[in-house]
Amino acid sequence: MTTTDVKGAESAGDPSANEAVGHAAGAAPVAAGAALEGADTAAAPELEEENLSLPGQEVSAAHAALNRGARLRSFEVAEHAVPKSDIEEWRFTPLRRFSALFEDAPTDDREGDPAVDYQVSVPEGAPAPTTLAIGEAPRGTVLVPEDLPTAIASARTEQALHLVASKNTDYDAPFRVDVVGRGADRRANAHLVLEAEESSSSIVVLNHTGSAQYAQDVEIIVGDNARMTVITVHDWDDDAVHIAQHHARVGRDARLKHVAVTLGGSAVRLNAIGEYAAPGGEIEKLGLYFSDEGQFFENRLFIDHSAPNCTSNVAYKGALQGKGARSVWVGDVLIRKEAEGTNTYELNRNLVLTEGARADSVPNLEIETGEIEGAGHAAATGRFDDEQLFYLRARGIPEIEARRLVVRGFFAEIIQQIDVPEVRERLSAAIEDELARSMN
Amino acid sequence: MSILEIKNLHATVETPEGTKEILKGVDLTIKGGETHAIMGPNGSGKSTLAYAIAGHPKYEITGGEVLLDGEDVLEMSVDERARAGLFLAMQYPVEVPGVTVSNFLRTAKTAIDGEAPSLRTWVKDVKGAMDDLKMDPVFAERNVNEGFSGGEKKRHEILQMQLLKPSIAVLDETDSGLDVDALRVVSEGVNRAKENTEVGIMLITHYTRILQYVKPDFVHVFVNGRVAEQGGPELAERLEAEGYDRYLVGA
Ligand SMILES: Nc1ncnc2c1ncn2[C@@H]1O[C@H](COP(=O)(O)OP(=O)(O)OP(=O)(O)O)[C@@H](O)[C@H]1O
Ligand SMILES: [Mg+2]
Repeated sequence: MTTTDVKGAESAGDPSANEAVGHAAGAAPVAAGAALEGADTAAAPELEEENLSLPGQEVSAAHAALNRGARLRSFEVAEHAVPKSDIEEWRFTPLRRFSALFEDAPTDDREGDPAVDYQVSVPEGAPAPTTLAIGEAPRGTVLVPEDLPTAIASARTEQALHLVASKNTDYDAPFRVDVVGRGADRRANAHLVLEAEESSSSIVVLNHTGSAQYAQDVEIIVGDNARMTVITVHDWDDDAVHIAQHHARVGRDARLKHVAVTLGGSAVRLNAIGEYAAPGGEIEKLGLYFSDEGQFFENRLFIDHSAPNCTSNVAYKGALQGKGARSVWVGDVLIRKEAEGTNTYELNRNLVLTEGARADSVPNLEIETGEIEGAGHAAATGRFDDEQLFYLRARGIPEIEARRLVVRGFFAEIIQQIDVPEVRERLSAAIEDELARSMN
Repeated sequence: MSILEIKNLHATVETPEGTKEILKGVDLTIKGGETHAIMGPNGSGKSTLAYAIAGHPKYEITGGEVLLDGEDVLEMSVDERARAGLFLAMQYPVEVPGVTVSNFLRTAKTAIDGEAPSLRTWVKDVKGAMDDLKMDPVFAERNVNEGFSGGEKKRHEILQMQLLKPSIAVLDETDSGLDVDALRVVSEGVNRAKENTEVGIMLITHYTRILQYVKPDFVHVFVNGRVAEQGGPELAERLEAEGYDRYLVGA
């Protein structure tokens, strides 16, 4: 039978490890309402929070974070409040660092000197990139800003870049957008529309380097029976700040793999939303981040199970090292009343490599229907596993190298699933770099 | 030929109830080529002795000496001990997610030898050793110990011993939980290592069964944190017949 189980530290040998695991349903469709029975709420974990709401339950104060589907969405800049730390969705965020992005300012382009340089390339045979004005469909049909910076980004972007994978076409090579910031003091707004037409297959790589104050909307439309991979890499210089909203809608029997990689920047906050237009859709969300001294990386995601028989699978892994290294992961999953036959799992793991770093991890699961296939989540934050290190060192492997092996191994599960070899290699190299920084 | 000398070794562990002394003056000398069986009841401190030799951070050495060829082992870090020629086959081998067996073995071999093994002979050696231990080649690409059965983990430990060629190997209950076939395969692995190298072996076990395959030169009875008696192979027979009661009375 099904049980909900909430348990404490899982990784032995590490007293600071925390593990929160939950299951709301097993393999067979069951009434999720029964799932909470027998839950041992007294054993709630310390570092992670965990929220689970089921049909017919009172929404308690602890569940105030839920009701994710009801959050305000609007193109009107004026309708969005200026972020404050007592607002739930900003409570982890260092607002001062992001303050430039709360100003309703235009992109700081100067004569012959754009704030941000864009290099766009499309695979052979793909339509040339075009642009979409405000209100010109499909722009604005999926993404509606959920906060002030992304509302400004939308309103201040007159022409959104529009990339299209044509119907029934398989592209081997990726679409690429290289975003190069040209100054930490320069504001830039952006809106991108990525569209996969019916039965197409494509990969889009968004690569962010340099420095900027960057507010960005990425709208992703995956047509029926299409497959699309979107990889966003945030490899900014140390002084960049970036707030983004990605919003994807997945068509009937379509599949989206969304990969968010954050390696560099002063502060990067991504709110990534995925929803389903019709049954049979599949969303896979992968994430990898490596936060160094003073860096703040926040990943919020929202999987909105709005249609029956869809699946979602989320796996984010992060490592942190150095004083003031911070990461936040908030994974909201909503299974709406109509989303019968949903199957969802989300996981977040953090590896804290040094003292003084901190990872927050909050999975939220909100279930409005009793008829689901399966729903589960796991979140854990731990230090190096001493037993793993001992085992490797007992085979002669020096400590630094043993640590490297463990960290590489920790990320391998995510990296292996990134289907662009070039990105994979770059990530492996970037992780080596990060490790070399702390361990030599 | 190597020699491991353990002299009056004392070790403690921190428990929720406070510091607990587990090793209470262990004396034991193992020379290259010799096989010493260590037998004793549950909780007597056999694994603790093995871990203390290997340098596990959980155990604090509060007295005594461990010398390998005259060198002070207790002064060495965990990995230095391994590079000096010590090997511990663990009772409960650890899973290392995301690290493949082949990568792990190559990294360990490189560390122990101080240089990367020649690719051609190494691949052959690994394949041959896996063959000997009846391990499916797919294990090379699996993550270290992840999802391995108990028996597979033990074979993997012996595989490492065969490839890393230690001068002194401590095998902590490598025979526990193995079926007869697996026991034979693992024992043959140990015997091969004995034939091909001058390895000295400390074989920790609860059962005389493995001693039919791996012949001990000496048997030590380990009770309450120290060696209570030692003798030849005949001592194992007696333990089998009489149990440890005789030693426990006084303890
Ligand atoms: N990390 C630890 N924390 C608390 N107690 C420990 C720890 N390690 C060992 N002990 C205790 O020390 C004693 C010896 O344990 P050890 O594992 O060395 O015994 P053993 O002889 O190997 O037993 P077995 O035959 O069951 O493997 C036991 O009472 C055990 O509970
Ligand atoms: Mg033991």
